Amino acid sequence: MPARADDELWSAIADPSRRQVLDLVVSNGDVSASWLAGRVPFTRQAVSKHLVVLERAGLISRRKQGREVLYQVEADRLDQASQAMAELAAQWDRRLDTIKRLAETAHAENKKRSRHDG
Amino acid sequence: MAGLMIEREVVIEAPAEVVWRTITEPDQVSQWFADRVELVIEPGAHGYVEFGDQGGPVVVEIVDPPARFSFRWNHPRGEEPVAGNSMLVEFRLTPEGDERTRLRVTETGHELTAWPDAEKQRYADEHQGGWAEYLDRLATLLANANRDASAGR
Repeated sequence: MPARADDELWSAIADPSRRQVLDLVVSNGDVSASWLAGRVPFTRQAVSKHLVVLERAGLISRRKQGREVLYQVEADRLDQASQAMAELAAQWDRRLDTIKRLAETAHAENKKRSRHDG
Repeated sequence: MAGLMIEREVVIEAPAEVVWRTITEPDQVSQWFADRVELVIEPGAHGYVEFGDQGGPVVVEIVDPPARFSFRWNHPRGEEPVAGNSMLVEFRLTPEGDERTRLRVTETGHELTAWPDAEKQRYADEHQGGWAEYLDRLATLLANANRDASAGR
């Protein structure tokens, strides 16, 4: 079977609030949970939960700086996910192209036949 | 929640009935989908698709000619596919005149199917094009952020 996308990854980014958190981490680099909490319409506690899920999916990682924990995006993982998706999309495009060719050929043949019969 | 992963479409210069046969008749399906296809097009029918030396079970869900056809796949061998362990592939055929059909395919991951319809719709609207586009957008954000960083923000 063709390579499939990774479930943990998709579930991590399927949640709209989590996507909001991920977007912020991606565009701002090293950020803390409290910085994030100041920029989203949900609680600090919810932010922490989202960070755990994103980290488990490998999309972000943490490091300690002094007393602060800072989060950053794992670019390779994001890239990998992006390529897997592009491949999946390309696969369907190829299938749809083949369907189009098959159906159009069948249709042309049907028309030719009905002209002969008629 | 895995959600909508892929949404692609194509416009075909043939009536919906012809497109329907192309996506459902086994000898046609084997030309666009897999190397070998064993499939009866009936709701609930269990079949099998093979790609080279790999393959897996397929279970037909919706058969509504010539408008809608869906099946589940990618569930663990020996298990019944349900919303939670499989991928749902759905084809929708929309006639655009007598000899033209718009064919749309979506491939949906697990839990999205368990969502209420309104939520699914909102989500689909938000995600036109699926994950490929979302990830593209993220990659662009990331590239911009990196550029700003290296420019000594």
